[in-house]
Order: sequence, then C-alpha cells, then structure tokens
Amino acid sequence: MQADFFARKRKNSLGFFGILVAITVGAIVITEYDIVKGFESLPRAVTWALGNFYPTQESLVKFPDILSSLIETLLVSIAATSIGAVFALFFAIMGSNTTRVNAFFGSISRVIATLFRNIDVAAWALILLFSFGQSSLTGYFALFFGSFGFLTRAFVETIDEVSGGSVEALRATGANYASIIFQSVIPSSVPQMLSWVLFMIETNIRSATLIGLLTGSGIGFTFNLYYKSLNYDIASLVVVTIIVSILLIESISNYVRRVIL
Amino acid sequence: MASENIIEVQNVTINFEGKIALSSLSFSVKKGERIALIGPSGAGKTTLLNTIATFIKPDEGQILIDELGSSELDDRKKLSRKIGMIRQQFDLVHQLPVVHNVLAGKLGQWGFFKSLWSLIFPQEKSLALRALERVGLKDKLYEKTANLSGGEQQRVALARLLVQSPEIILADEPVASLDPARAEDVLSMLTKLVIEENQTLITSLHSVEYAKKYFTRIIALRDGAVFFDLPVDEIQAENLASLYQLKEHM
Repeated sequence: MQADFFARKRKNSLGFFGILVAITVGAIVITEYDIVKGFESLPRAVTWALGNFYPTQESLVKFPDILSSLIETLLVSIAATSIGAVFALFFAIMGSNTTRVNAFFGSISRVIATLFRNIDVAAWALILLFSFGQSSLTGYFALFFGSFGFLTRAFVETIDEVSGGSVEALRATGANYASIIFQSVIPSSVPQMLSWVLFMIETNIRSATLIGLLTGSGIGFTFNLYYKSLNYDIASLVVVTIIVSILLIESISNYVRRVIL
Repeated sequence: MASENIIEVQNVTINFEGKIALSSLSFSVKKGERIALIGPSGAGKTTLLNTIATFIKPDEGQILIDELGSSELDDRKKLSRKIGMIRQQFDLVHQLPVVHNVLAGKLGQWGFFKSLWSLIFPQEKSLALRALERVGLKDKLYEKTANLSGGEQQRVALARLLVQSPEIILADEPVASLDPARAEDVLSMLTKLVIEENQTLITSLHSVEYAKKYFTRIIALRDGAVFFDLPVDEIQAENLASLYQLKEHM
C-alpha cells in the first residue's frame, strides 16, 4: 500500500517533468531559437562588457549630474508610493470584507484596484505619454497608478488577516464604524502596511529606471542618453550608481522592517 | 416578560446552510444569575451566545433583553450598556498599549473625536487605571499589549469589560486557551467581578468542574437543544455522562 503510494508519486513527478521538457522543446521549435548560438554569444557579451563597460576616471566628471537625476528618481518613487498608499488605504478599507460599508461599494473598489494593478507600470507610462508628454509627471503618475493597485490588494489582505476578532470585539462595545477603523483596524495593520509600502518603494525605484527611459526623465533617461551616444564608461557609472543606491535603500528598509515588526 | 427576568430566549431556531444549529431553544435568565453553558463541541454554545449578543439573527423565535424593544436591539450604542462580550481569543489590538484596549470599553459612549483624541492623550485614564488595578495589572498601563502573556491579555479584556460596565456579560470559552492555573485564576476573577458589580453572566465552558465551582446554574446543550437546565447543586453524575457520550455509543 505504502510502496504503491510512493511509486505513484514517482510516476507523477516523472510525468510532470516530461511535460515540462516537451513544452520547452516545443517553445524552442516555434520561436526558432538556436540554443547553441545563444550560449556561444554569452562569453562574447562578457568579454565586451569587461572591455568597454566600466567607469573610467574621466566619467567621474559626470557624477554630480548622475547623482542629481538619481535623486529626482528616488523622490518621484517615494512620492508616488506614499500618495498611492494613502489612496490604497481608503480603497482597501472599502474593499475588505471585514470593514467594507456594503457589498456594492466593496466590489466597486476591488474592481478599480484590480484594473490599476493588472496594467503594468510600463504600460501606464506609455498610455500617459499621450496626455502628459515626456516629463517626470508622466513617470510619477505611472508609478502612482501601479503602486495604488498593488498596495490596495496588499492592504486588503492585511486587514482581513489581522483585524477580524478585534473588530467584532469593538462592535460589541458599541463603537461606531469610524472608531472601529481608527482604534482597531489601522493600529493592528500599520506595521504590515508599512512593510508593504517599503517594499513598494524599492520596487518603484527599480521600475523608475525603466520608466525614465520611456518618459525621458530621471536616471533612466540619463542612462539612455550616454548609452545611445556610445559613452559606455559613463553609462556603466550610472548602472553602478543605481545598484549601490538600491542596495542602500534595501538595507534601510530591512532595518525599518526589523524595528517595526 | 416577568420583571425579574433579564434575558428571555423564546423558541429560537437557527439554521446554517440547511443544518440546524439551534432548534427551538427556550429558557429565561434572572438578574444576577451566573450560568455555565456546557455541552460537546458543535452543540451550539457559541451560536447561542452570538445570538444573544445579536450578532446572529434567529431564523425563528426571538430573544428579549431587559426593557429593550426589538428596534433598540439594533442600536449597538444602547445595547453596549446592556451586553458585553469576552472571547477565547481575547480580541485585543496587540499593537496598542494596554490603556487603549481598556478604554475601548468606553468607545460606545464617546463621540468620534473624543475617541480619536484618546489615542494620543488617553481620556478618563483614572477609569482605566482603576479597572486595571482590580484585575491586578496596575503597572501595565502603557505596556504594549502584544508583550503580555495569555493570562494577562485575558485580564486586560476583563478590564475592558469593567470599563464598559454592561449589565449582562457573555463569555465564549474565556479560558479555553489558558493553562489550568491561569484558567482558574481568570474564571475566579471574572465571577468575583460579576458578583461585585451585580451583573448577570453567561459563560460557555468545557470544564464541568469549573462550571460547578463558579456558577449558580448549568445549561447543557446537545445538538442545538437544551439537554438539561439545572441549578448547580441538583446536577447528577449521570446527567453529565449522557451529555458527553459519543453518538456511536447511544
């Protein structure tokens, strides 16, 4: 009986593996991807990068410019995330099953949040380019919409998870809706929500680089400028700056998370 | 309703998705009684308590609560002066200091702005302090609630009830998640406070021993119906044996 069970399990995983291989091979055939060529070009890419793509003494002259566009990107990301979080909090309270006012508004706010979440920030940037043109405002709105959608979803989960019992308890003490929200729902979910906001800021700083390429602003634009004009040493300095700043932000937010959770 | 009865449960029936949770349940409770609800898991104890607390509406029958009309039962503010509840999970806000959790008992009477202001500058602090003193946690006023032990958290929930000061207290398995020593400690404190405040208490319990020790009357539920309803000193061993008997052996 037990041997049977294990044999069946082995057969299942073997079958699954087989299907995976079949899908991979199928995909290679359909896209006409040449594996050998793909792997062959890898060493060449590395050699090229080592030969050209590194910061030089001269590129350091541009460092203040890079830094100022990096700061612009950081500030836009943080602003977009924090304003997005304020809106997300409102929509999450409306959308959560524990705290919604009624089922109708609940589903409306969830549908809005889903809509915003499922359009990628890059897609938002392209759409918004039509209205705001190439400016950091476009990037700001793209990040804002993306963060709003994602954070609403995350906040709804947080509220449902943390505040079931204490909401019921406060209802029993006769507290009104607003008091329940401020005395129980928000205090219980604040640490997790802050953690989500920090995560979103990190993600947005990464996306902001890409969005800068599209909207012609911030660090993404700076990178694109030097890369396209074949100034590989400066472009690589931009990349190094981005990596260092992301590592820095990550360690700061990890520290904050440790303190509040 | 006879004037000395504070709760009257009349033919209450509740179905959950076609399954009968309570079937035509009737009993009345006099002011000052301390009732233990016992019975096997799934007998309907929690459902009954939630129904008396008006969180669940009965499908048939009605529950009358001292001097309150049926429309007043929907007014949580008024109801909170009559009925307070305490549960197994304590239901405290762990991120806040103890004082806010205790003062939560006042939220039904405070306006919105006073409640909000109280989060920054605790209002009527002396009230909270007195309540905490009575449950033996005077020095924990500003302690973060999450840092307290299970027994201490349940005593904070008791202090919240003291501040709310309802006439009827419904307790749903208040000691089920505590070890025997803490359980006895919390139960004896709960019943002592209820006697001092001249409140009426209905508690669901798993321990027959505690039920006999701290309560005046035992209502046993089985399959959503009253199995027996007796003063504590009339309970016989055979009553209890048949109450907890497993179905297969019947």
